[in-house]
Amino acid sequence: MFSLADKTAVTGVGETAYGRESRKSQLTLTLEASLAAINDAGLTPKDIDGVIPYAAGGIVAEDFVTNFGLPDLRYSALTPMGGASPVAALQSATMAVATGVANHVLVALGRGSISGGRITQRLAEMPQMRLVSEFEMPIGTNAPAQFYAHMARRHMELFGTTSEQLAEVAMTCRRHAQMNERAMMRKPMTLADHQASRMIADPLHLFDCCLESAGAAAVVISSVERAKDSPHRPVLIGGVAEGHPDSPSAITQRPDMTRLGIARAAPIAFAMAGVEHSDIDVAEIYDCFTYIVLCQLEDMGFCAKGEGGDFVSNGRISLGGELPVNTHGGLLSEAHIAGMNHIVELVRQLRGDCGERQVKDAEVGLVTGFGDLGDGSIAVMHR
Amino acid sequence: MSASHDQLPEKPRPEYSDENQPYWDGLREHKLLVQRCGGCNTLRHYPRPLCDGCYSLEYDWTELSGSGKVHSWTVSHHPFHPGFKRETPYVTVTVDLAEGLRLQGVLEGNDASALAIGREVELTFNDVDAELTLPGFRLV
Ligand SMILES: [Zn+2]
Repeated sequence: MFSLADKTAVTGVGETAYGRESRKSQLTLTLEASLAAINDAGLTPKDIDGVIPYAAGGIVAEDFVTNFGLPDLRYSALTPMGGASPVAALQSATMAVATGVANHVLVALGRGSISGGRITQRLAEMPQMRLVSEFEMPIGTNAPAQFYAHMARRHMELFGTTSEQLAEVAMTCRRHAQMNERAMMRKPMTLADHQASRMIADPLHLFDCCLESAGAAAVVISSVERAKDSPHRPVLIGGVAEGHPDSPSAITQRPDMTRLGIARAAPIAFAMAGVEHSDIDVAEIYDCFTYIVLCQLEDMGFCAKGEGGDFVSNGRISLGGELPVNTHGGLLSEAHIAGMNHIVELVRQLRGDCGERQVKDAEVGLVTGFGDLGDGSIAVMHR
Repeated sequence: MSASHDQLPEKPRPEYSDENQPYWDGLREHKLLVQRCGGCNTLRHYPRPLCDGCYSLEYDWTELSGSGKVHSWTVSHHPFHPGFKRETPYVTVTVDLAEGLRLQGVLEGNDASALAIGREVELTFNDVDAELTLPGFRLV
């Protein structure tokens, strides 16, 4: 059977500075990060013949043709899965490259400055939010923190998961961010800080919620053969998959609201890559909320359903622990670049370029995406 | 108080479609109506065109009891939509209805302290204005 395993590599990664706001437009930021990734791959923009922009970003493949003068764009696609989009785009890019449709696919994502009021309006207009918009927004369920709070509360009630365990995820990301000069939040966070942060949507405190950021990141996917010519140690995509939960557009109607789409994708990605959980040296896990990290760890099979709270405790997910998670600080403390920054970090870890926060001898790692109420994506990479 | 305090943005309202109109019309008459498949009689919610079991496009509407048990909940402290600014904190419950579907609504009295999975609740009808009634719940 045809397999995508080890057909492609991430040859280039790039990003802009990250901050709360930027004077640059979303398009400018996206192009800046793209250029950095293309340069990092040892390519020029003219080499790019495939583009996957961020589906929720309002930027289209044509923008890259126009600005980079791409001579022969042969492949373009969108993967509209919210924060699961970038890793799902790796699957699309890999399919395009492995089948010879394109040679070098650019996956790019930028977020411009955004004001709080616009977020709920923008959400309400997204087609994948239609059911929520029709039936839940009128009663006051308007934003992701509120959608996911119902999942987190049920998990706590069923399994005894605590806010202190959610705090472990936030504090771990913060500790890692202190070793990352690009990170927006580098001030130490204690358990008391987490518990004292204001309640947003119970059980989610402010420090359970990700940052809002402006910035961009991008990666280039090339065939393994072409990757041999790239200036960096190739990082191969061993396994990649996307998965969707039951009742994907309404958490309220989901038979098991503690199970995410990644539960379907993870076994596929692990099998494709031919790795076991114990082989994973580092994991960059989509962290729009602390609870979502804990739930994905369970759904990927690192522990049984309900044991995520124990799993993230006692330093297991810290650098030096059994499974270092979000070594860059994640969306919680580095920046919210919708998980494209997680892909960039995994590639740098597997190249061995992470300096103080480098996971020693990292050979195999994974990156996940999560978005649009439960969609999931996962890529297992190795050097 | 400043004038702006009195003029919060309007809360979001449902957009009516062929599929959801009977549901909202039912609430206005203080009835909970859901779709029933014309092919296999399975109840479904939220409203949609097709039965995922037998693929029948036929359906009618049937009234549910409104009694149910708590599945989960949240207390919203931050007004993500500014229209809800004066109501925070408010409690929203996801409820397993007796007939097997789920419904979300604001909990009357706004006290989450008595909530637990399986806690019995019943549907309330919150009349916003002549045009719109929203579902809510109270403890029983
Ligand atoms: Zn049917």
